[in-house]
Amino acid sequence: MKQVVIEFRKVSKRFGDIAAVIDNNLAVEQGEFLSILGPSGCGKTTSLRMMAGFEQPTSGEVFIRGEKVTGVPAYRRPVNMVFQHYALFPHLSIADNVSYGLRQRSPRPSAGEITKSVDEALDMVRLGGFGKRRTYELSGGQQQRVALARALINRPAVLLLDEPLAALDRKLRREMQVELQNLQRTVGITFLLVTHDQEEALSMSDRVCVMREGRVVQTGSPRDLYDTPINRYVAEFVGKSNFFSAASGNVTSVRPELIDIAARRKDLPQGLAIRTDGRVLNRIFLGEQTEYRIASDELGEFTVVAPRKAEHLSGTFNIGDSISAGWRPEHARLLPDN
Amino acid sequence: MRVYLVLVYVFLYAPIALIVGGSFNAGKQAMIWQGFSLEWYGKAFSNPLITEALGTSLYIALATAAISSVLGLMAALGLERVKGWLRTFFDALIYIAIMVPGIVIGISTLIAFVSIFELVNPALTATFNIRLQMGSWAVIAAHVLFNIAVVALLVRARLQGMDRSLVEASEDLYATPFGTFRQIVLPLLAPAVLAGFLLAFTFSFEDFIIAYFVAGPDVTLPIYVFSSIRRGVTPEINAVGTVVLVTSLLLLVIAQLILQRGNQARVRADG
Repeated sequence: MKQVVIEFRKVSKRFGDIAAVIDNNLAVEQGEFLSILGPSGCGKTTSLRMMAGFEQPTSGEVFIRGEKVTGVPAYRRPVNMVFQHYALFPHLSIADNVSYGLRQRSPRPSAGEITKSVDEALDMVRLGGFGKRRTYELSGGQQQRVALARALINRPAVLLLDEPLAALDRKLRREMQVELQNLQRTVGITFLLVTHDQEEALSMSDRVCVMREGRVVQTGSPRDLYDTPINRYVAEFVGKSNFFSAASGNVTSVRPELIDIAARRKDLPQGLAIRTDGRVLNRIFLGEQTEYRIASDELGEFTVVAPRKAEHLSGTFNIGDSISAGWRPEHARLLPDN
Repeated sequence: MRVYLVLVYVFLYAPIALIVGGSFNAGKQAMIWQGFSLEWYGKAFSNPLITEALGTSLYIALATAAISSVLGLMAALGLERVKGWLRTFFDALIYIAIMVPGIVIGISTLIAFVSIFELVNPALTATFNIRLQMGSWAVIAAHVLFNIAVVALLVRARLQGMDRSLVEASEDLYATPFGTFRQIVLPLLAPAVLAGFLLAFTFSFEDFIIAYFVAGPDVTLPIYVFSSIRRGVTPEINAVGTVVLVTSLLLLVIAQLILQRGNQARVRADG
C-alpha cells in the first residue's frame, strides 16, 4: 500500500439544508494522478475546496501527510490549487505571480534563489523568458501554464486542479491533457483533478473517483471503472453502454463495441450468449468506426459500434437493413439500476 | 429643438463664463471689459484674508478626503461580509447619506453638535478648563459624514467586479489574511480609493452650505466668497471663483480617468 497524502475520514459538508458532501472517505496516494468525476452539484468541487482549506467540513476529519488539518486555514496547508479561471493576479507580472508563494515564506528566500526558482518553474511549463510580461498579454493556454508554474514552484504535497481545462478550446484541451500528464510524471507531485468530463478523467488519471449527490460511488483505475462498473450510474457516466431491463430492479449492461453484428445469424461468431434479429434504424459514420442504432423485437433499441477494421468480416449496413446481433456472456454485466 | 438646447446651455454656463471672463478683466468694474490682465489673480493671492481662507479650505478638504478614504474603504470591506436585511439596511444608509441635501446635513450636524456641547461643556470646563465649539474640525466631521458614502460606493463597485478567487489564490499561496489584504486586495482597490479621495476632496473644498452652518469662527474659501459678494462682485472674487472651478474640474476629470483606467485593466485581465 502506498503512502496516503490526503485523507478524508467520514467527511460531510452541509450548506444550510443542502448536503454537498456525505460521509466521504477519500484517500489520495503519494505520486498518483487521481480524478474526481461527476456532474455539477455532485460535491466534487466542495471536496476539493475542503482539501485546500477554503471550506471546513461540517463533520469528519481531513488529514494531510498523516497530520490532522481539520480547521486549519488554506494559508497553512501544504497544498496548492490551479483555479478554473486561473486567478492570476492582474496587477503583478508573470514572474511576480509565480514567485508569490515563495515570497510569503518566512524566512523569505533570497532574491537570487527566488529568481532561479521562477526561471526553472517557467522553463518547466515552456514559458521561459515570459517573466516580465503582464498576465493579460498571454493566451488562455499560456495563462493556464503560469497558474501551474505558480502552484508547482512551492512543491505542494498535492496539486489540486479545479476543472483546469474547462475554459480552453477543444484542441488546446487535448494538448494540455498530454502536457499535464507529462508534467505530473516529471515532477512526481500528486495531482488531484476535479472534472465533469469523463474523457478527461479517463485519459489522464491513474485512478478515478466517481461521485454522485455528495457520495463516492466507485473508485478505481479507468479500466476497472469501464470494465466493472458497480451500477448503472457508473456504467453510464464512464463510457457509453446499452441497458436491457432484467429481473428485480437490475439491468444488463453491454458496451456498444462489444456487440457483434452480421447480416445473418449464421455469420455471427461462435460462443455468443444472446442472439437477436433486428433492423438498422440509424447509422453514424465516425471514420474509424460506425455507430448503428438497432431495433430488435425482443430487446428493444440498442446501439452497436462496429470498428472499421472488422468490416471485412461483418460487412457494412444501410438504414432499414435486417441484421443479426449478439454478444458473449462475459461481456454482459448485471448491474443494479441505480 | 436645437435652439432650446443652445438656450439651456447658455443659461447654464453663461454665469460661469462671466466669472471666468471677469477674472481676466483689467478694469475694476466687473461688468465692463477693459482688456486682458492677470492683475486680479495677483491681488487675490496677496490678500491675507483670501490666502488664510484658502489654507483653511485646503486643510479641511485634505483631512476630509483622508479620513473618508480610510473609513469608506473599511465600510465597503465590512459590508462585503454582511448578508441579508442588514446589508440592505446599510446599503440604504449609504445612498441616503449621498442624497440628503447639504442643508439638512448642515442643520442636523449643527443641532447635534450644539446639544453635545451643552451636555459635555460644563463638565469639561470644570475639570480641564476646555470648551468645545464649532470650527474647522466640525466642518471636517460633517463632510466626512457623506464622503464616507461616496468612497464606500466607489470601492463597493470595484469590489463587486473583483474576482473572489484572487483572494483564495493568495491564501492558497500561503499569504496570511493581512498579507492578502496588503498584496492583493489593496492594490486592486487602489484606483477606486484614489478616485474616492479626489472626489471627497473636491466635494469638501467647494462646499458652502454645510460649512456655513458649522464652521463657527473659521472661514473657508466659499464662505469668504459669499461674505464678500454681499459687498459687491469684484474681479478679485472672480479670480478666486475661477481657481476653485478649475481645481474642482481638474480633480473630477482625474478621478474619472483613474476609475476608467482601473476598469480597463480589469477588462483586459479578464479577456
